[in-house]
Amino acid sequence: MSSEHSSSNLRAEVDRLITEGAFDFAAQRLAELWRRDPGLAGAPSIISRLDQLGEKLPLTKIKVAILRSFTVEPIVPLVRCEAFSYGIDLAVHVGDFNAYVQEILDASSSLYRFAPDVVVLAVRTAEVAPDLWHKFADLAPGAAQQAAARVVHSYEQWIAAFRERSQAALIIHSLEQLRIPSFGVMDGQSESGQCGLLRQINRELRRIAAGYLGVYVLDYDALVARHGREHWHDERRWLTTRLPIATDHLLHMSREWMRFALPLSGRVAKALVVDLDNTLWGGVIGEDGMTGIRVGPEYPGAGYQALQRTLLDLSRKGILLAVCSKNNVADAMEALDKHPGMLVRSKDFAAIRINWTDKSQNLREIAQELNIGVDSLAFVDDNRFEREQVRAALPEVTVIDLPENPLDYAAAVRDCPVFERLILSAEDQQRTAMYAGQKARAGAEQSFQSKEDFFRYLEQEAEIAPVSDLTLARVAQLTQKTNQFNVTTRRYTEQQIAEMAARPEWHVLSIKVRDRFGDHGLVGVAIAHDQGEQCEVDTFLMSCRVIGRTVETALLSHLAETAAARGRKQLIGWFLPTKKNAPARDFYAEHGFQRQESNGDGSRWSLDLGRAQVRCPEWIKLELSDHELNDRKLTKGGRN
Amino acid sequence: MTPSIFEQVRGIASDILGVQSDKITAESSPETMENWDSIQHLNLVLAIEEKFGVQLAPEEMEQMKNVGLVAALVEKKLSSVSR
Repeated sequence: MSSEHSSSNLRAEVDRLITEGAFDFAAQRLAELWRRDPGLAGAPSIISRLDQLGEKLPLTKIKVAILRSFTVEPIVPLVRCEAFSYGIDLAVHVGDFNAYVQEILDASSSLYRFAPDVVVLAVRTAEVAPDLWHKFADLAPGAAQQAAARVVHSYEQWIAAFRERSQAALIIHSLEQLRIPSFGVMDGQSESGQCGLLRQINRELRRIAAGYLGVYVLDYDALVARHGREHWHDERRWLTTRLPIATDHLLHMSREWMRFALPLSGRVAKALVVDLDNTLWGGVIGEDGMTGIRVGPEYPGAGYQALQRTLLDLSRKGILLAVCSKNNVADAMEALDKHPGMLVRSKDFAAIRINWTDKSQNLREIAQELNIGVDSLAFVDDNRFEREQVRAALPEVTVIDLPENPLDYAAAVRDCPVFERLILSAEDQQRTAMYAGQKARAGAEQSFQSKEDFFRYLEQEAEIAPVSDLTLARVAQLTQKTNQFNVTTRRYTEQQIAEMAARPEWHVLSIKVRDRFGDHGLVGVAIAHDQGEQCEVDTFLMSCRVIGRTVETALLSHLAETAAARGRKQLIGWFLPTKKNAPARDFYAEHGFQRQESNGDGSRWSLDLGRAQVRCPEWIKLELSDHELNDRKLTKGGRN
Repeated sequence: MTPSIFEQVRGIASDILGVQSDKITAESSPETMENWDSIQHLNLVLAIEEKFGVQLAPEEMEQMKNVGLVAALVEKKLSSVSR
């Protein structure tokens, strides 16, 4: 087989690159090897090379513990390879077989010693609710209801115990349904039948999870249904090896876990760049014209419309859309804005590049215009040549391969895990509108003589407040996603932010900004803690949207003033350089801090609060708010 | 040239067990290779199923006592499937 042959060539190339010390290239080829032939046979050789490359690559590290009632070992190499292909180094701990209850309840168990970032509770209906699964027909109606209530109660206890012992994200497999219920079609006539009770448990599970930060439900039943219940299971394999999932679907299980691991580790795409001809519509606008291109509610235009609907869904989730097309501007814009079959219009795109330059160059410019890293871009194009050109020039871009059939395009984009989000902030939902304001600002900026004049014209108003119920999700999200203006690049979960905010010596502040062009929303976070005479800045970050608007000075001035008011003598801060945070490099120096020391990780800066101060720029109107974080958000309690 | 079934099985076993291909013979078995435990046996079975598109019954899993027998089993399964 030719793919067999080229795979072995590719492997040899990876080994040569590793020997030569070209680790980045080796990693790219290794990821390609996985993309070409993902599966159980190929995974071990990728893992062994990954283990050699290990520390030498700039991968995001996360530790995942899997608590389980079935054999998951064969899935572990698959999920590690999938994670690697998205730039994540995943360390996995597998709990003992069917020991999940003890492991959760025992604070000194191997689960907690592993100090996981993410915990998956992979248990099956047959083990969690054995009565309902196997013996439903023997149970009186009241007894069945009681059995369901007991299961819900168990979940409540496990989750509460887990949250007391760990801040890790918890992902719980929901209960799967039976292939055929004990009473057959009769079961479908009542909501308190076998399937109805399982649905009820799942509903309750979601309610309980929603009462906690960082507890999520993986809809296992929907996963099984998506791939076909008849095919998902392998009963003989289950009975002999305790592996319930058929060979072909182990990869699908690992990919479902990735849909949680990616948003939890911040490896997500912030923008999707789409091609036009034969991607957003069928045909070539420059040749086929307005009447010739295919997009609409019927075949074959429906496939393109479905893709457009998918794009709109992503945009409602806060993912920016952009166009990159080789076309004549007038032709393409006419189709975008005038064709009756189009669901997306030019206003839905935050950046548009229609020209004949190569696409990788356009993608670089789009990233710059949107103020996001190139690695936050995803790219979709029907043309294989364009995709490979982008992959080669910009390996950090997520390139989505489209299948042959346009009716499958939408699914290919929906399946891509880099668009997954676990929480949605108000900022996410309004992002496209905010970028429209951004364009107006950029236009205005060019017409002013000095920066100061422009700042005055902007009429910026900032509101600084301690983190609250309403802002917790966004604050955590910013720590996870902000790469550029971020002095320490420390990533925190909602849970960790809530814990910090609860301590009296810690101060977690957020800043919201609006100006004459619109509302930027919550765009900055500062976390500091008092220690003796010092107040140390743990985190200081600004969303790229407001970099260069002096908003950071406003926030820092507040931090310095309040620290001095609490009697601190110095404000201390570390700058820890990364590949991306150059915009924050001179932040402390520019605000009068003195460099104290440097080590391999970064430099430590100090401001003498007795002598120096940081002034809020006169063009920013500052408001202070003091809504405290409500107790119910803290570790133990549920929301109700 | 397509590698023989034995060559392919040996390649898979080499990857799964983390042993160089040329160190594996038809006689290599759980007794002669210390990595070849029950979990690796399952991994080998799954990789074979995936690679050759066959399904192996519990009885067949037990027949896979060395690499030569694995290859023979795969050949038998492939010839019984209409190609």
